[in-house]
Amino acid sequence: MKALVAVKRVIDYNVKVRVKADNSGVDLSNTKMSINPFCEIAVEEAVRLKEAGVVDEIIVASIGPKEAQEQIRAALALGADRGILVQTDDKAYPLQVAKILKGIAEQEGTDIILLGKQAIDDDNNQTGQMLAALMGIGQGTFASEVKVEGDKVNVTREIDGGLQTVALPLPAVITTDLRLNEPRYAKLPNIMKAKKKPLDEKTPADFGVDMASKQEIVKVTPPAERSAGVKVGSVDELIDKLKNEAKVL
Amino acid sequence: MAILVYAEHDNAELKKATLNTVTAATQMGGDVHVLVAGSGCKPVAEQAAKVAGVSKVICVDSPAYEYQLAENVSLLVKDLAGDYSHIVAPATTNGKNFMPRVAALLDVSMITDIMQVIDANTFERPIYAGNALATVKTSEDKVLVTVRTTAFDAAAAEGGSAEIQELDNAQDAGKSSFVGEELAKSDRPELTSAEIVVSGGRALANGENFTKYIEPLADKLGAAIGASRAAVDAGYVPNDMQVGQTGKIVAPSLYIAAGISGAIQHLAGMKDSKVIVAINNDPEAPIATVADYFLEADLFDALPELTSKL
Repeated sequence: MKALVAVKRVIDYNVKVRVKADNSGVDLSNTKMSINPFCEIAVEEAVRLKEAGVVDEIIVASIGPKEAQEQIRAALALGADRGILVQTDDKAYPLQVAKILKGIAEQEGTDIILLGKQAIDDDNNQTGQMLAALMGIGQGTFASEVKVEGDKVNVTREIDGGLQTVALPLPAVITTDLRLNEPRYAKLPNIMKAKKKPLDEKTPADFGVDMASKQEIVKVTPPAERSAGVKVGSVDELIDKLKNEAKVL
Repeated sequence: MAILVYAEHDNAELKKATLNTVTAATQMGGDVHVLVAGSGCKPVAEQAAKVAGVSKVICVDSPAYEYQLAENVSLLVKDLAGDYSHIVAPATTNGKNFMPRVAALLDVSMITDIMQVIDANTFERPIYAGNALATVKTSEDKVLVTVRTTAFDAAAAEGGSAEIQELDNAQDAGKSSFVGEELAKSDRPELTSAEIVVSGGRALANGENFTKYIEPLADKLGAAIGASRAAVDAGYVPNDMQVGQTGKIVAPSLYIAAGISGAIQHLAGMKDSKVIVAINNDPEAPIATVADYFLEADLFDALPELTSKL
């Protein structure tokens, strides 16, 4: 069976973001960009399914600027077979991304579609669910375990009170949570080989998708700063401050 | 137009997250209706009818909704959507699971995790792990949002007297089925609504030390127990105790972080707490930048002392 994995180019999770002075957004110039960590887990899971003989081919897709091909190449170096870059300079909102991914999934006839549970830039946590809805198929969100058995998949999900397992007929959409797996590092020979793997370039129009959204970001501001705290020298002083100064005990 | 609030519950009890969500909905202006979808969920509908500010409760009782599978719930909410300008759900794992599905079925965009209602179409929400706040405006006919419950006060659980309308249009999409669940048992207050949270990190070194050092303090304070991702990944505690960008968002009156360095992802889950106490032997730990009170000490000495002196 074929697997489709969606990856997003985002600011590296270790970078401390700065809001632009004109409040138009976050300053991304000269910042390190990477594959969104949850997407990396999705790629890893697809590669493991391939190693287990469940999946024959892994297609990795990204929707974004030309530079997003770096993230596709990184996924190819981890074991994906070929890439599709849907190039756009417009801001990609989840609904539009889901529509494009639906186009790819239907064109390629993929049985299992893996996404991260959320991107660490917009923190939306929407795209996988929207894709499953548009395709009219089941969804296994926040997955911490994935077991393919014949023509269905059992997904264990991280929910507020613990874990829940659901069974979904294939094709299905799975979004990955942190504990699904530990992504591997790309080895140098695989990075070299990844440069020769096929990478198709497309546009949103190829899938009949208009990137315009009825949602707009009016402004972006830094969060309120907390006033500087104090150091306390002993447990007694801490208890005294909590009781008499902060009055929370 | 009216506003539809999706109730969070376990078929027996209305969860507090629903009350916070009702408050957010009230600020959008319009009649607030609450949808209770579940199995054997009539007691929940009765509780919802008493919530102040709610004018109507829609109860759909069917085995199809027992586990609130997104495939089934989203079809129900989509069918009810015609009568509403706004559909609002708490940003719990449940709300985050089905709401985007409803949005796609209606072909509208949606807004996750709002922290403030600016007007009926404009909301503030955190992006980049809470390191920036975005003001988002939508011009969709239907406004779909999930609500960060810790950012809104709870509506009064008593005082309302809404009518309950029972509907009988259950749908099973046949795209998913429930296999099993494993819920963590705890007598302590729920993490996301606790007044005090005591959290431990990697420095606890093992699960036994959570039991030995964190639990007695939490019990003395009547607090919930949280953890950093490092502590969860190391297997010290189950993952539903994780506080952070990818875990739970908490905003208690008092948050005590013991042996937690304070990575960006952890701060995203707790930096709106009223008072933050950090106990750490590293004065350079990033947690010091948000802590109101920083005690530089070995937690294995400080926690028992704190517990005994309270």
